[in-house]
Amino acid sequence: MFKKILLIVLTILITSCELTSPLGPEEFEVLDGLVQGLTTQQEIQFLKGDEAFNEVFDSSKGLGPLFVANQCSTCHPGDGRGTPFVTFTRFGQDGPGENLFLNKGGPQLQHKALPGYSPEALPENATFSDFIAPPVTGLGFLDAVSDQSLIDLSDPNDDDNDGISGQVHWNNIPDYVKLRPNTISVNGKYITRFGKKANAYDLLHQTAGAYNQDMGITSLFEPIDVYTNLEIDPEVTTETVNSIVFYLKTLKAPIQRNTDDLSVIEGREIFDEINCSSCHSPTLKTGYSDISSLSQKEFYPYTDMLLHDMGEELNDNYTEGFADNSEWRTPPLWGLGLSKDAQGGRYFLLHDGRATSIEEAIILHSGEAENSKNDFLSLSKEDKGKLIMFLESL
Amino acid sequence: MKKIYLYISTKVILIVLLIINITLSFSQENNETHLNMDATYTRPFMKKENSSIAIGGYLEANTIHKTTEGISEGLSFQARRLTLFFSASISKKIKFLSEFEYEDGAKEIAIEFAAIDVALHPLFNIRAGIIMNPIGGFNQNHDGPKWEFVERPDMAVNLLPATWSNVGFGIYGKTLVNNITIGYEAYLTNGFDNSIIDNTENKTFLPATKQNPERFEENGSDELLKTIKIVFKNRKIGELGLSYMGGIYNKTEEDGITIDSPRKLKVITIDFNTKINETKIIAEYTSINIDIPDTYTQKYGSKQRGAFIDIVHPIFTKKVLDWDKATLNIALRGDYIDWNTGNFKETNTNIGDELLAITPAISFRPTPKTVFRINYKYSWQKDILDNPWEKTATWLVGFSTYF
Repeated sequence: MFKKILLIVLTILITSCELTSPLGPEEFEVLDGLVQGLTTQQEIQFLKGDEAFNEVFDSSKGLGPLFVANQCSTCHPGDGRGTPFVTFTRFGQDGPGENLFLNKGGPQLQHKALPGYSPEALPENATFSDFIAPPVTGLGFLDAVSDQSLIDLSDPNDDDNDGISGQVHWNNIPDYVKLRPNTISVNGKYITRFGKKANAYDLLHQTAGAYNQDMGITSLFEPIDVYTNLEIDPEVTTETVNSIVFYLKTLKAPIQRNTDDLSVIEGREIFDEINCSSCHSPTLKTGYSDISSLSQKEFYPYTDMLLHDMGEELNDNYTEGFADNSEWRTPPLWGLGLSKDAQGGRYFLLHDGRATSIEEAIILHSGEAENSKNDFLSLSKEDKGKLIMFLESL
Repeated sequence: MKKIYLYISTKVILIVLLIINITLSFSQENNETHLNMDATYTRPFMKKENSSIAIGGYLEANTIHKTTEGISEGLSFQARRLTLFFSASISKKIKFLSEFEYEDGAKEIAIEFAAIDVALHPLFNIRAGIIMNPIGGFNQNHDGPKWEFVERPDMAVNLLPATWSNVGFGIYGKTLVNNITIGYEAYLTNGFDNSIIDNTENKTFLPATKQNPERFEENGSDELLKTIKIVFKNRKIGELGLSYMGGIYNKTEEDGITIDSPRKLKVITIDFNTKINETKIIAEYTSINIDIPDTYTQKYGSKQRGAFIDIVHPIFTKKVLDWDKATLNIALRGDYIDWNTGNFKETNTNIGDELLAITPAISFRPTPKTVFRINYKYSWQKDILDNPWEKTATWLVGFSTYF
């Protein structure tokens, strides 16, 4: 009896580790993962960045004392879109030019504080806008698109009379950014492309700013403490910041699903017919990148990375850089269908998560997107369904 | 430095005990009146009669293979725990016991218990030193060889801070009333600190305080921690424990300057164990309420709860090889933790941060003091945003033995 049981137990043990282990999701089912074709050294660097992206900060590691979140992945769960649980309140600028509240804690409200501290309060008369964090997948491809490509996509004076006048954001940039190859400058301004208002030049600019404004953590790049307003020793190493930047650059692009589904194919046609693709450009191409996996690649983000007037419905009387209050950068639609898996099983869309379905997000479009929205509203229920199926396949 | 000090302390205690050459003389009690609170003093090494010194301990080690969503680190061996006990009866009514634990090799060295007990009356005894707070049953009755599972219950170590011990003193006692043994314990000890809500675990985490190396020399809060437990045991029904632990957990002044406002912590735990025919059932539930500043991130929850249940059934007890009374058991454990109970203020949607686990097990005891265990743990864990469960399967094969 005992020997039989022992034999059964041993057999189970030898065969069971693989058989009884939960399988991981397919690559196309998740947003995280690295781009194909990296070298071993690059993959190791990616892992370091992944670890840093998930690092939890507490007071002993420099968090705060005023902050918004204590971890990169709090805002970008699963490398995806954030939720209103972590809202970034930006304030103090109600038109193109300068933020007039920089000496009053702007541009971002640190509305959380370590125990014993009081968080920042919104100054009187400051206009503001609430943001939720965007997904971070495929950013390396977006970063590697040349400035000239963006200029070629733009049509600031609507020369083609299609009612759409996307423009690049000519903006000031901090000294520490490394200019991308063949970058274009006009009157000392450069094209900035990341963020809801396209206010960040590159992923280093975005990352160093996030450490500082979101977590209250200083770096060599952003040394001013948001609590004391004094320059203090770096609380995160340059190596860590660089590893995050590399991680963001080498996160894979979301993979479209159900591409053979007839409804998805027809939904894509409707997407073109009602002119969504004028701003949500399906295809872009990278220029040169020192990461060969990202260099000269065609990819499918469904964005033109340009600023567009989205009308009064989405005008919060707040802006950044030289964008108008009602102008927003076209958000990439890739990964849209996987957003829910990072947002607790439901959608929070648009810049502040106010739309809880794709349909609601479309209906809240206005300004340059007014015609497309009206075309969407006049679609049959079936065609609307196909369009949404296509968007969810991205 | 701390490790060296502890190592030297261990050696000094050992030498002192050898020199004084004292004999353990505390009587053992019968099973009817035995409670979890007695576990500290009913370890097998203390039963040796005519021994000049009582030294004992236990060792546990295992292999582990863990896979989360298809990703595994492979097979590892773990030297999970080496625990040393030293005990002595200093005089007729004064006894001493200490428990030193080396976890994961020597990664963590801790004095889990080092106290003297002064026996004045069955209903009134005094204990002082480094004591184990009587919160729940597992915290006091945690020796590896007593359990059929390689890992400790999740609730006990990832919600409560088992083994949770502190410097302090208190009283305890018990009596028999109409076939019910009633026991009590009440202690004042050093307590928690602000790290329970300011830590890198990303959640309200009581065990975070254990990382504070100064907690045995300075209380980390304004108030001493109060721990109270009442226990009832009927031989036919089982043992029921109700325990409370609480107080202010943070410091509000430093050098006379107010730095924070006082915040309270309240832990209530119910533990129960019984035997139905040959099947043992052990269960514990805990609820934690913590004051958290409104302006702090909701990642650190103000309400937590958790539970575990162990069911152990012997398949046979008979002679196997040279062991006269070897026992083969099957067992099942269920674990549940909600680290952050409630809804998000911003969206009124459920806050996740939950864990569910089930662990079927087979254990073989050649003698009651030694156990070989095979466990398969399958767990489901949700992140704070309530996204889909992340699944993990863990195989654990190991042993634990008193010596």
